[in-house]
Order: sequence, then structure tokens, then C-alpha cells
Amino acid sequence: MTSDTLLAVRQAELTRQSGLADRILCCTVAGCLSGGAREVRAAVQQQIDLQKRSGQVEVCGTGCMGMCSQGPLVRSSAADAIFTNVTAADAEALVAGNRSHFLNRTLLPDHPFFAGQKRLILGNSGYADPERFADYVARGGYQALWRAVTQMLPEEIVAQVKTSRLRGRGGAGYPAGLKWELVARQPSTTKYVVCNADEGDPGACMNRSVLEGDPHRVLEGMAIAGRAVGAQQGYIYARGESPLAIDRLRTALDQAQGHGLLNGRMFDSEFQFRIDIRVGAGAYVCGEETALLASIEGKRGQPVPRPPYPPERGLWGRPTLINNVETFANIPAIVEHGGDWFAAIGTPSSPGTKVFALAGRVMRAGLVEVPIGTPLRTILEALGGGVPAGFEFKAAQTGGPAGGCIPASHLDSPMDYDSLNALGTMMGSGGLIILDTSSCMVDLARFFMEFCMDESCGKCVPCRAGTVQMHDILARMTRGEGVESDFAMLERLAVLLQETSLCGLGLAAPNPVLSTLRHFRGEYEAHVRDHQCPAGHCRIAVPVETLV
Amino acid sequence: MRLVCSWWERMGNEIAGIEGVAGMRNDDARIQLEHVMARHDYSGSALIEVLHTAQQLYGYLSKPLLKSVAHKLRLPLSKVLGVATFYHLFRFQPPRERTAVVCLGTVCYAAGGTELMTTAQRQGAGREWTIEAGRCVGSCGLAPVVICDGHARSRVTPALLEGLMGDAAKV
Repeated sequence: MTSDTLLAVRQAELTRQSGLADRILCCTVAGCLSGGAREVRAAVQQQIDLQKRSGQVEVCGTGCMGMCSQGPLVRSSAADAIFTNVTAADAEALVAGNRSHFLNRTLLPDHPFFAGQKRLILGNSGYADPERFADYVARGGYQALWRAVTQMLPEEIVAQVKTSRLRGRGGAGYPAGLKWELVARQPSTTKYVVCNADEGDPGACMNRSVLEGDPHRVLEGMAIAGRAVGAQQGYIYARGESPLAIDRLRTALDQAQGHGLLNGRMFDSEFQFRIDIRVGAGAYVCGEETALLASIEGKRGQPVPRPPYPPERGLWGRPTLINNVETFANIPAIVEHGGDWFAAIGTPSSPGTKVFALAGRVMRAGLVEVPIGTPLRTILEALGGGVPAGFEFKAAQTGGPAGGCIPASHLDSPMDYDSLNALGTMMGSGGLIILDTSSCMVDLARFFMEFCMDESCGKCVPCRAGTVQMHDILARMTRGEGVESDFAMLERLAVLLQETSLCGLGLAAPNPVLSTLRHFRGEYEAHVRDHQCPAGHCRIAVPVETLV
Repeated sequence: MRLVCSWWERMGNEIAGIEGVAGMRNDDARIQLEHVMARHDYSGSALIEVLHTAQQLYGYLSKPLLKSVAHKLRLPLSKVLGVATFYHLFRFQPPRERTAVVCLGTVCYAAGGTELMTTAQRQGAGREWTIEAGRCVGSCGLAPVVICDGHARSRVTPALLEGLMGDAAKV
């Protein structure tokens, strides 16, 4: 592919689309699919045939438009509106362009849910079909790759990423530019680029939605990374539990290769880059970078001690750049608009946007993308519509099993890496779960500890044995059988795990416990001292002595 | 060297002997599996990919199947077993006719996933159901979620689940 053919594909697609009277885009991402989006799409196609409007009206799939709790969502390009709770019965009205049919189910772009967002990574969702190469190109796709390959030196790309101050979106927030520079500096001629798409946090579906909704963007980001650090081969390690994301990736990869990208030299240059997909088989620990690399090599996903870090010795002992899906998805825009443009979004220490999976006890659950540093209150109230009537906000859980809780007193704190760390929680990959007063924090801590206990790979003792011990204590507490000395023991074990575990899983496993102990200690004390669960969640048997 | 060769020969014979084993009868499946291994040059690093394909083709990973994979990829059986048992997604028993995956991700858990799990276990006990706990299926906006025979059902209540599993049994 050359720049001319890229331009030709773009022009042809734009012309084709401008010839259409309406484009009906049905969300085809996990959430809406389980609500029946596939049937809606089929019904719309049937109506187009029935009303003889093929050529004027087109139906296609698209990425996540955000408000998953009101799905299936369908966007009409002519009306520039999103319709909610669409069923197959609405197909006729959709094709006929009968907007009054959706009187109370229309979301316009100025709806508070969208007005508060800044969609960069999800920019194509709702506008492009993830299964069409031309659609991505028409929206400016692969333009950044062309620029990176033909107009920029590798050092210039790294410099742009450094200027952008983009931080790794996998959770830890390590500056991406520094990592890229480290890999680029390695003298080895064989290097790898790995995309960590093993998003295993329960309650998080950001990466999956990006892969399902805009796979080409991730591929493009990886290829640019390959050019910047001097790698020839890339791997995407996808989560085995999301077959749709894998399908979409495979389709996208085939399309890109079919157009002469990602299977050898591109844009008539010397630069070659290939991408292969590796499918995980359900092990949370494989989100840890060294475990992930072991898994790509076909081994048990067990971490190894660091240093040496993967940028020095990674896949098959070669320098390897590992970044998260969302990190790579940010790259095309950074190359296209420059690092300074990106650095101006969000906060100075954490620029850019972050996708959050807003879920739990909130009016409008779904996927939101906001500038980093947006206060939690804005996300919860303006975007999420607040907690439903009759319920009371108790805490927001972020960062999954490695994170912690934000209590109501800190609702105004900005959502950025450093502020969240200071609160004893973390950004994580972006799960944001709203809990109401009926949720018991001790049981929540137990739930996460059970998760870590199940997922511990068993290689190092502190994690393997420590998570079991901590879970036992928490389980006893939820049964009302806790004793006073349990507090000290929990804290001692937590420190032990944090200081001696081999990898991030064990290191972060105590976080939910420490965080809930910090903000909700009274609730723990009620369980232990009064044998009561203030939330009324735990079934605690009345102790014998009080009956006598 | 001789020792290694005899080991491989013995393994080879065993595989010749398992031709008739339930899953392996299907020639198409065998050719497809062979094709995937060939695409990866019979490299040991493709083990997980090969196991995925094998499970897709045969429904589960039987011992003869694992032996055959070990032989073809020139890996010790211990390593193949070690890898296969490490990951949650690999099955070593044939799946039952119907499956119900109850999501127990954080949101579904908070929305009453455990109750659904109890219901599913009670409802499916001693019948043709495989009940599994899922770790977040990505439909958190519609919690709690149960995947019944591959179809995700959102906002499930115990009563609804009872109906779903009961009806499915009648069909």
C-alpha cells in the first residue's frame, strides 16, 4: 500500500457514504448483543429490503456508544441521534426515518452523558463499522502510520510520545515514552512489541470494548510502536473469554494484510512489521507482564523476578515493549496531532483521556471516556445520572482486585493516577463500580481476596499462602466469628504480601482490604465486636451467649 | 539419543493405538488439528494455541489427545499437562449437554450473583447441566448476567433463571 492508495480508499468510502440518505449503526459490542442487538440489525436489513431502500439506507455494526444499560443502542447518521432500548419491532421506523417513534428514547449529542465526555479512543464508536477497513480509513485511519513510517524518524516518534507524557493505561501508569526509549536504545536487532489485552479485572470491559469497537486503531498503534523501537514482530495477547474481540481482531488483521499493511514492507519503505494474535486461556496472573510473556512462549503463565525488565530481556530473551490496549489506541492520535496537543488534555501529570467502565448502582451504566482528572462526582452525577432514587451512595470501587474504594467524603477528588494512589486505591485498567449502602465492605474485601486466592499462580509463597490466610480471616469476619486480634493479623499479612510477593498480583492483593479498613473500619468493628453487618448483607448467626 | 528415540517410538505406538478413542475418530478434526500444528511449525511455543484448537474440535482435552499433542510438538507430557492444567479454560471432562455460566464478576456479585449461583446449582443438580462461574463477561451495565447455552441473559432474577433452566430442560 502507498499513500496514494490509502487516499483513494478514503475518498471512495467518503463518496460512498455521502451518497447514502441514512446510515443505521447498531451497537455490536458485548453489552448490547446480550440485549438483542443482533436481531435488531437483522430486522433493519429486512426492512431495508422490504421498503426497497438499499442503496439509500445502510445498516452496519459499530463500537460501544456508551450507555450500555439502555441498550441495545442504535445511531442514525441522518438524525445524528442515538436511540435507546431498540427492539426488532422498531426496525420499520428506523428505516423510514420516523424520529417521532423514538420520542422518549432519543439521545442527542448534547445529552449530559455525552457532553461531559471527550472521546478520543472511542471516537469511531457509533460512527464506523469495526469490521470494515475502508470505514476506519475514511475516518483518518492509518494516516498516522503512514506519517510515522515515511515522514518521521524512529527517534522523532519516541520524542513525540515522550512529549505527550502518556502514561501506561494498564494500571501502574508508567510513562510510555520512557519505556519506548528504553526498548529503542537496546542494541539487539530482534525486538518485539506486545499488546497486553488480557483484561481480567472483574467489572472491567474497556479494553474489550476498544478491541470489539475499533480493532484497527490498536493495530495501527502497535505498528507505529514497532517502527519507533525497531521491532519487526508484534503479538496481541487477547483474553480467551472474549471471543468476539478475538474475531474482530482477526478480521481487522486480515483486512490490513489484504491491503498490504502489517505483512511485510509498508508504504514502499524498508519498514516491515507483522502482528500475530495469541489467545490466553483464562489466567488472571497473565496480565502481569512477565507471566504474559511466558504464556506467549507456550508456558505456564508464571511471573519471573524483575529486573531484568522486559524492555531489556523479554520475549525469548529479546527486548520487548509491552503496553496495554488503551495505551496503543492513544498512539495514532499522538502521532497525528503531536505530543503537545495530547499533553494539553487532562492534567499536567496525567494527560489524555481515560475510559471508565461505569457500573453498579448508577442510573446510566456503561462506558465513558473523560479527560483524566475529571472529578468522580462529575462522572457519577453528570454522566451516570447519579444513584437511583431509594438508594444511597456508599463507595466507588476502582482498580478491581488490585484497587480500593473511594468513600462518599472523597467524591470530589479528581480521577487521576496520583490522586487515586493517595486515596489508597488505583486507576487500574478503568473499572468504576458504584456501590450503595446495601453492599458490605467486609464482604467486598473478602470477594476480592477470594479472587486473588483463586488466581494466585502459586509460584511464590507469600502470595500463595498469604491470600489464603487473609481470605480465611475475612470469611470468618463475615460469618461473625472474627476476633480482635484479626485486625493486627490482617495488617501484618498485608504488609508481608506487599513487601515480599514476586509480582503485582500478590503485591496488590491486600489493597482492597487496606482501603476498606482505612475508610470503613467501623464496619469491620461491627462485624467483629457486635457480630452485626451494618449493611445487612452478611448472614451472621446470633451468638449463643446473647440468646441465653 | 537412543533412549530418547525409543521414548518417542513408544509414544508413537500409543498414539497409533488411540485412533479409536471417542474424540479421535473424527478424521476432519484430526486433519484440522494437524493443520494448526503445521502452521506453527510444530513449535512448542504454540502449545496453548494448539490446546485451544484441540478443545474446540473435540470438546475437551482427553488424555490420549494430550499425549498426541505432546508427541507432535516434541514436548514432554508433563509439560503439556502442566500448561493445560494451569489455565482455567481447558476442560478435561466432556462438557454436558447444556451449560449455564453465572457471572460472578464484581458488579454481578454485588447485584446478587451468588443467589443465582445457588439457584443454578439447585436447578441443574443431577441433570444435563454444566454450571460454571464466570469472571465478568463484559455486560456490567446489565448485571446480573447468566449465559445459558451460549446466550447471554441480562438482569436475571432467581425466578427467571429457574424458568430458563426449567424450560430448556423440556425442549
